[in-house]
Amino acid sequence: MLSISNLHAEIDGKLILKGLTLDVPAGEVHAIMGPNGAGKSTLSYVLTGRQGYEVTEGTATLDGEDLLSLDPSERAARGVFLSFQYPLEIPGVPALTFIRTAMNAQRKARGEAEITAPEFLKLARATAASLKIDFEMLKRALNVGFSGGEKKRMEIFQMAMLSPRFLILDETDSGLDIDALKIVADGVNAMRSPDRAMLVITHYQRLLDYIKPDRVHVLAGGRIAESGGPELAHELEREGYDKYARAA
Amino acid sequence: MSLAAALKTSDVTLLPSKRDEDWKWTDLRGLLRVLPPPSQPFVGEAPVGPFAGLANLPIHVVNASDPVVIRSASAAPYVVALHFAALGGGSHSATAQIEVAEGANLILLESYEGDEADYVANLDLKISVGANGRLERIILAADGVNAVSVSTADVTLGAGAQLVQTVLTDGARRQRIETRVAHPGAGASVRLDAAYLLADKRHADLTTVVEHQGVDGTTSQLTKGVVRDQSRGVFQGRIVVAEGADRTDARMGHHALILSDKAEIDAKPELLIFADDVQCAHGNTIGAFDEDALFYAQQRGMPEDVARALLTEAFVGEVIDRIEHDGAREVAKAWAAKGLGL
Repeated sequence: MLSISNLHAEIDGKLILKGLTLDVPAGEVHAIMGPNGAGKSTLSYVLTGRQGYEVTEGTATLDGEDLLSLDPSERAARGVFLSFQYPLEIPGVPALTFIRTAMNAQRKARGEAEITAPEFLKLARATAASLKIDFEMLKRALNVGFSGGEKKRMEIFQMAMLSPRFLILDETDSGLDIDALKIVADGVNAMRSPDRAMLVITHYQRLLDYIKPDRVHVLAGGRIAESGGPELAHELEREGYDKYARAA
Repeated sequence: MSLAAALKTSDVTLLPSKRDEDWKWTDLRGLLRVLPPPSQPFVGEAPVGPFAGLANLPIHVVNASDPVVIRSASAAPYVVALHFAALGGGSHSATAQIEVAEGANLILLESYEGDEADYVANLDLKISVGANGRLERIILAADGVNAVSVSTADVTLGAGAQLVQTVLTDGARRQRIETRVAHPGAGASVRLDAAYLLADKRHADLTTVVEHQGVDGTTSQLTKGVVRDQSRGVFQGRIVVAEGADRTDARMGHHALILSDKAEIDAKPELLIFADDVQCAHGNTIGAFDEDALFYAQQRGMPEDVARALLTEAFVGEVIDRIEHDGAREVAKAWAAKGLGL
């Protein structure tokens, strides 16, 4: 599925990723943990093609296809989805309009027919119900005036609607109370399938009680400093990131 | 100093210039060395404009005209489409007088169009709305690229009257659309909205002056603009609250997007308050495209051009959504989509 090799990336001339290598096979959930400033968010932006993040060395492929040469919308059309740490407010664009425009743009890029209005609404109603989102909220401008928890839930709603193949969750638990966290985690877990993979970026172990990873990686100093099973997350929770910070 | 006076006498020294504080960003004297001769009567099939099909009474004027007089006493909404076309060079002068009787309700769908000739057009409107009367005025200005065009409306309102106005323009070589409102307070309410979408070297100046003269008046104003290429948008909004005009509630907003390094916005929001017990506010923002929002939309799968168009249309859409007349709102949406290259 996703294969990253020796990835180096910089922003404003400052090298952040320094030779990151990582494989996430289809069907698996991998967690990326690490101290602040380790490059966790940078990794998510490099994979999705945000302007200003320059790859200076290395490769990233999805099912063998080079991701780094594609623009952000092309990566999205191939199934890469990023749940933002800080979802943007989009004044004047109702959530449904935004998602339908995105969905049809993806379909067009893949050479598929546009979704019809009745099909779209049916899907949106069912998805909203499963995530306990009030359908009326979807008629409002996307994320404008929404609470932190509502914004995160809207990210998961968009994810469920767009049905991506490779999911990146960037600090999805931040700003969520325990009830909202459960709803969001249920939404994410519902998307687990043998032909999908996920990268869960988190500072704390808490989220991983709800979204159970197959593998845990520590990102420190711009590369993967250690990898292990789910027990590694608990170890980090107990011992912190100090030893990696020193090593970096 | 006015274009009307200069055209009447063919005296360029009467043109407003940058020495006039209210015209410093829309200098006509510096632009026009000579005034073209008055246009000849138009022969041929006159264009009727974008609103004719929506109106109970369509009126169209080509180039100059005798004064157009519209008097409405209908309590039910009555729709007049008033179209001014500028065809061929020369100077065009037109005037119109609009009277909305006490308790009457008029929807005035006003439109301007011009060809590529380098015409100079002036339109003066005198508008009165009687007590408890209502006027919804939509202005869609589609002047030619080489045009110099000025439209000035003087509006007086009676007690409890309502004025609801939306200006939509894509500018001209130099263009000004000015609205001056004598606001009596006394339960009267005014809404002055505008949207400008400018490209190439076009210029649009939206100037408003609202004078609150009595107690209990409201004014709400929202202007949004998008400038590209080397275009220039000017917003001058002045709200005056006279001494004793207590309990006035006046709010003004102007927000613009600059999409190119060479485009320009000049904005002057002014609140002049001489009364004590008032609520007045203004907000003015001018900035570049929100690159974070753009990336967010792209990450969801929208190619950059689709994302830019969606976000820009939404930005301007806030003004268009406030248009109450359904047909006019649809025309405005189509205008915005075309202006944004959708």
